[in-house]
Amino acid sequence: MAERIGIYVCHCGSNIAGTVDVEEVARWAGKNIDDVIVAKDYKFMCSSLGQAMIEEDIKKEGLTRVVVAACSPHLHEKTFRRACENAGLNPYLFQMTNLREHVSWVCNDKVKGTAKAKAMVAASAERVKYQQPLTPMYVDVNPATLVVGGGIAGLQAALELADAGYKVYLVEREPSVGGHMAQFDKTFPTLDCSACILTPKMSEAGQHENITLLTYSELEEVSGSVGNFKVKIRKKARYVDYDKCTGCGICSEKCPRKIVDEGFEAGLGTRKAIYTPFPQAVPRVPVIDTENCTYFTRGKCQVCSKVCPTEAIDYEQKDEMVEIEVGNIILATGWKLFDCKKIPQYGYGRLANVFTNMEFERLCNAAGPTNGKIVMRDGKTEPKSIAIIHCVGSRDVNFNEGCSAVCCMAALKLGHLILEKTKAEVYSFYIDMRTNQKMYEEFYQRLLHEGMHFVRGKVAEVTDAARNPNEQGKLIVQCEDTLLGKQRRIPVDMVVLMGAIEPQADAKELGLKCGISCSMAGWYTERHPKLDPVATMTDGVFVAGTCQGAKDIPASVAQGAAAAARVQGMITKGKVMIEPIVATINEEACSGCRICNNLCPYNAIEYLEDKGVSRVITALCKGCGTCVAACPAGVISASHFNNQQVFAEIEGALWDAIAECREPETV
Amino acid sequence: MKYAYYPGCSMECNAAAYEVSTQAVARVLGFELAEIDDWNCCGATEYFSQDELTACAVVARNLALVDSRTDQLVAPCAACYLNLAKTDKLMTDDPEMGRKINQALAAGSLHYEGGRVKVRHLLDVIYHDFGEEKIREKVVRPLDGLRVAPYYGCQVVRPIKGDDSTEYPMQMDEMFTWLGAEVVDYPVKAHCCGGHMTQISEPQAFELIRRLLQSAVDYEADMILCMCPMCQLNLDAYQSRVNGFFNTNFSMPIIYFTQMLGIAFGLDPKELGFGKELVAAEPVLKAKLTAKTTT
Repeated sequence: MAERIGIYVCHCGSNIAGTVDVEEVARWAGKNIDDVIVAKDYKFMCSSLGQAMIEEDIKKEGLTRVVVAACSPHLHEKTFRRACENAGLNPYLFQMTNLREHVSWVCNDKVKGTAKAKAMVAASAERVKYQQPLTPMYVDVNPATLVVGGGIAGLQAALELADAGYKVYLVEREPSVGGHMAQFDKTFPTLDCSACILTPKMSEAGQHENITLLTYSELEEVSGSVGNFKVKIRKKARYVDYDKCTGCGICSEKCPRKIVDEGFEAGLGTRKAIYTPFPQAVPRVPVIDTENCTYFTRGKCQVCSKVCPTEAIDYEQKDEMVEIEVGNIILATGWKLFDCKKIPQYGYGRLANVFTNMEFERLCNAAGPTNGKIVMRDGKTEPKSIAIIHCVGSRDVNFNEGCSAVCCMAALKLGHLILEKTKAEVYSFYIDMRTNQKMYEEFYQRLLHEGMHFVRGKVAEVTDAARNPNEQGKLIVQCEDTLLGKQRRIPVDMVVLMGAIEPQADAKELGLKCGISCSMAGWYTERHPKLDPVATMTDGVFVAGTCQGAKDIPASVAQGAAAAARVQGMITKGKVMIEPIVATINEEACSGCRICNNLCPYNAIEYLEDKGVSRVITALCKGCGTCVAACPAGVISASHFNNQQVFAEIEGALWDAIAECREPETV
Repeated sequence: MKYAYYPGCSMECNAAAYEVSTQAVARVLGFELAEIDDWNCCGATEYFSQDELTACAVVARNLALVDSRTDQLVAPCAACYLNLAKTDKLMTDDPEMGRKINQALAAGSLHYEGGRVKVRHLLDVIYHDFGEEKIREKVVRPLDGLRVAPYYGCQVVRPIKGDDSTEYPMQMDEMFTWLGAEVVDYPVKAHCCGGHMTQISEPQAFELIRRLLQSAVDYEADMILCMCPMCQLNLDAYQSRVNGFFNTNFSMPIIYFTQMLGIAFGLDPKELGFGKELVAAEPVLKAKLTAKTTT
């Protein structure tokens, strides 16, 4: 019996109708495609009226198949599947055609657009005839959650979930949680001490009964899917026994090897070869830096071992692999600072008194290498004038096109700290002053009153080439003052570069492990930039904080909490639907060659020794089709994507070419 | 290796030292510069600001004259390099411009397709096509102890962006570390020498020249290395005028980078055009390199 197909073409306002003759597509489909019973166009098919129309047609016309040609299935596939289900039609007998993203938005020729739309509708109509009713499966959601990254966003997410009574694994690559926020002195615009508001959260995370802290650890591998992920984590060897160590700190104190701390102290301070990054570190268990440890490099010393009162030092410790099972994953992996040496005309790394903002944060910090005294690179001279240069590596087509979002406010904050702590004149060189959150503009006004100087213009260079006695021995900031319309040269003692916020170097790699992608700029891509900012295209994987895009502390905290709320929603629901789109092996015809076993990226194929054949474990299969393509006997098929369906779709797409080929026969 | 060669007018007179040292270095490194037959002036900077189309047509004639068997054209002068490269780019990016220029070229039975020839500066050729290993191999008299200030000027690094940094180029710096010299990392190496400003307003021109000389002195350079005849002329020939104007006493030799490459390759200074410069390099070379020369 022939199928009875309904075709519905959406205008999407003018989104589709602007470049596709929607009425013509519907009319044409009704007339030219076999088995089409109704073919309609409608202004907004996703509206309740549009859905009701489909439901009514299914019931009244006895439709057995439905095609909606509208936007991306990412947006509305669920909507129309539900409509079909409401009218008693199995939702997998519905097919969605993406006219908006695949035609109208990428085309400006209405004739060509309409022709392509017809081909795509024909493809879906031919395909849908061969679709089969499927029943989705439901699996339980493991209530434990993995949070990757122990900065403020990750801490917030972990604490929200843990406080709600759920188990959290918090993985952090550094020896302590805290992230960048732990390095700052004050936070804008309230000027509360960064450590004072952060460390309570750190220690709470360290002591929480529902949080397992895995510091100095990295995520190695993720398998499984939403509700049931299996995660492998590498706990790097600390060379200190976690259980025996009391965190007394004698080892670090006595360690004879002192090195420049390029991490937490941004190269301005020193640390020992056995160290915790900062006094309030959580956990307080130190790590040995084997590259610099005298024992590891020369085989002699062992002072730490001799002084440790609890015999916690273990030079033989090895990296350890931990396997955990979780239902959801939150990535909160943060950012890295732009390498300011990439802009050589600003002199960083060449002119001693040019600093990055992170170096300067440490310089201002009372717990920093100078105890909060703002001094020049010689470690003693107080500067009489300081220039702060905005947008170093951001809003710059050569490096990062985007705005780093926080630097204007951070520059104002640093300006305030300088004015508070020194008698120096402070100059800000900005392109645009961006102070658009609560109390931010007020803070800018405050700095104007406090006497910070503002020069609007992008700095051309920072140089030590003096042109007159005034400039002798100074750093000269050369800039076009765009408000004065003049070139200016301002001699200063010290320059601070507000480096761009960039994605972590390995963000893409980690994203791939979790099945999520990055934007062109390298930030994790959210499911929807406005309406679903912490979910991703992979169910069960969420993002929070600066790994999703440059943002300040309040916004990072909000995202951490939002991600936790989304995960709680999944846990409370308890079950998650698994698409019934899976592969099946025809056991009768399987030769048991086992090629598919190793190729499956989800380890979803088992080998039945007794029968000598392979079998797909339906609950693990993601329907990727790798085994289908690889099977030398061609006995694996993927439901919803079988050969018959795919070939029919191709024939439909080529309807005009096929019609031309057939013409001579019919004549 | 063989390249088409566009020497430009300066190489025949005021930059004769650049020309002989370029040819000498080419012989040592083993490449041939085949001069374009019947080439004409590139128009320098003036012609382009008068009438772009005519200026381009004049330059394009040289591109059209490049032997069809080669696609690499070398220019040692920064201004010639820029004009040739700019014309080629304009003809590639703007087909209408290309059509008009070819209409003009047709009068001389010539034709040029934008992009056919790759225009390169001499520094780029020596730096990239020979590179560290081959250059080090040829060094017989390392420039140990000699403090050189590489000076790039404007036109080789901008506006047409090559692979060296526009703001802070490094290729000559690197090359001279291969030769054993101490390279001075001074901040004005890509600043303007004033070009033809000396003909328009001496105070402005002299100030630009003074800044370059002063920075090289501040960084204790023994000499400034040039890669452009215009830069060399300004810094060298006007040095005494600058001294008079500002009451300074600069005595900074301004030498073509090829001349010092030649010295490092063990060639006789006479073969390399030394002695033609107005601020003599001889005292510096004697003081810094004599010990090496005699061994």
